[in-house]
Amino acid sequence: MSIVLEAKHINKYFRKPTLFHVLKDISFQVKSGEFASIMGKSGCGKSTLLYILSTMDTDYDGELYLNNELISGKPNEYLSYLRNKHIGFVFQFHYLLSEFTVLENVMLPAKKLGEKMLEEIEKDAMEKLKILHIDHLAHKKASRVSGGEKQRVAIARALINNPSIIMGDEPTGNLDSHNSDNVFNIFKSLSVEQGLSLLIVTHDEDFANKTDRIIRMGDGKILQ
Amino acid sequence: MANWSVILNISKTHLLTKIKQTSIAALGVTFGIGSYITLVCFMTGLNTMLDDLILNQTPHVHIYNEIEPSKRQPISLYDTVEGSFNVVHSIRPKRSQKKIHNALPIIHYLESNPKVRAALPQVKTQIFYIAGSIELGGNITGIQPINEGKYFNMSDYIVEGSAEALETTDNSILLGIGIAEKMSLKVGDRVQVSPLNGGIFPLKIVGFYQSGIADLDAIQSFTTVKTIQRILGESKNYITDINIKLYDIEDAVPLANRIEQQFDLKAIDIKTANAQFETGTTIRNLITYAVSITLLIVAGFGIYNILNMLIYEKMNDIAILKATGFSGRDVQLIFMSQAMIIGFVGGILGLIIGYALATLIGTIPFETEALPTVETYPINMNPLFFVIGFTFAIFSTFLAGYLPSKRAKKIDPVRIIRGQ
Repeated sequence: MSIVLEAKHINKYFRKPTLFHVLKDISFQVKSGEFASIMGKSGCGKSTLLYILSTMDTDYDGELYLNNELISGKPNEYLSYLRNKHIGFVFQFHYLLSEFTVLENVMLPAKKLGEKMLEEIEKDAMEKLKILHIDHLAHKKASRVSGGEKQRVAIARALINNPSIIMGDEPTGNLDSHNSDNVFNIFKSLSVEQGLSLLIVTHDEDFANKTDRIIRMGDGKILQ
Repeated sequence: MANWSVILNISKTHLLTKIKQTSIAALGVTFGIGSYITLVCFMTGLNTMLDDLILNQTPHVHIYNEIEPSKRQPISLYDTVEGSFNVVHSIRPKRSQKKIHNALPIIHYLESNPKVRAALPQVKTQIFYIAGSIELGGNITGIQPINEGKYFNMSDYIVEGSAEALETTDNSILLGIGIAEKMSLKVGDRVQVSPLNGGIFPLKIVGFYQSGIADLDAIQSFTTVKTIQRILGESKNYITDINIKLYDIEDAVPLANRIEQQFDLKAIDIKTANAQFETGTTIRNLITYAVSITLLIVAGFGIYNILNMLIYEKMNDIAILKATGFSGRDVQLIFMSQAMIIGFVGGILGLIIGYALATLIGTIPFETEALPTVETYPINMNPLFFVIGFTFAIFSTFLAGYLPSKRAKKIDPVRIIRGQ
């Protein structure tokens, strides 16, 4: 199996308010089709790590490879392009553009990428919404759908450009157990059926136990 | 850039969902530009009118024989005291004739100059107006009425009668309105005039002259060059003044200097004659522009404020756009394009409102004794003002949008996402 994401000797410091070593020599890999979760106590640096892996945070030492390409130190414009094309992101809070419809929210990253015609993008977006069983919401304003539905819209948006990996920062953290199971099942089926790599930061022991691999963190280090 | 449609679509949605704030920002520009257009059209209209009041009547170069003392006194021609310090007491002006020597050939010569539009002869003299036992002192000027009307807008100041009537009627006079009122004369009446050297000549009144300057209207009258030469008992070449109108007013100074040297006459150019007046015009223009620019700057700050607030409100949107692959530059373009759309729409509306207001002002009656031919407020609808106004609208919204959008560009998405 090929390696989608690889971190080599990642170190990160917080400089404010005092110098603090958050991440200490983190190295690990995520293989293609793998459903991995990162667990750890609050403040152990797991979210910080995720944002470095997502290329949004560039203030770190070490090397980061995406599809075997070194991406540390690349210019911001290029990193934006990589995020757009290869990384799908799901947050704890749903983070949709509330003034746009559900469909427009899902289409936006593909429009930005600009590789397909508008009609194709719309067709793709409807397809993703159908996979997540929310196609009936397509033309509603994003601010008018429920929390569980929003999270599914966010997942559809993360999928729109057929990314190499999906990253989640506690995507179920704000959902009840029913919706939480729902989201897990969606992730699971994406992993199994479409061979998608997933890397999910979570607090939820049950959620983590059901994933292929758990990366446990403590005090800025990987424990196992 | 394939991204433009996406970026414009996002900014359109932002603008439309916040239509109230958008309209307020656009209205700020609209009022700024609108009042700029109105103000500048009105002020320059007034300025032009005031300029015309003086400049239209004033020749660009005025040539006459000045009564003045000789610059070189005879003592300086005397060889034996050369180089010594001479004092001459009680210098008197040189006795010289009032008429311009060889006036007709000079006029002919001047008119052959391509820069000269017209060179018109005048005969000026003092006379008395006589009606029964009343004698009023005054001035009379012999002119070529049709040409004066053509080149010096004479007809603007003829309130009754016409320049043509003066030209065609023998022994006629265009009487100052002040004199007519004092002597209860009307058009068609006769007035008797008497030159300083005696004699009485009856002249037919063919019209009234009103310059707007009451003191002048109480003494000044016009007749033809021919009539005045007859009254004075002088020959056809008796010309006291030559008025020159040029194509380009900037040529006045060099031409006046040349005439003074060449013909040994006094030649006053318009700039020297109206130096104070020019200062007034400059200062009025300065005030107009100072006020206009202030208005536009205020409008610019309005946009700056509203965009700043918009960016605060849209922090989450900015973070999400950046997380899903929009670069800082894209985000900046989204907010810049919003500013530019506000500036464009507001600017166009401002031009329309400014045009409407200026037109409205142009219809308000404005009647004053001083300006007999002006009936409504003067408006100077120069297309250049509209170009300037629109350019400034775009420029100021660009600046007002640039700073907030630059901040949006630098927002760190991680901080926003983790901060929640």
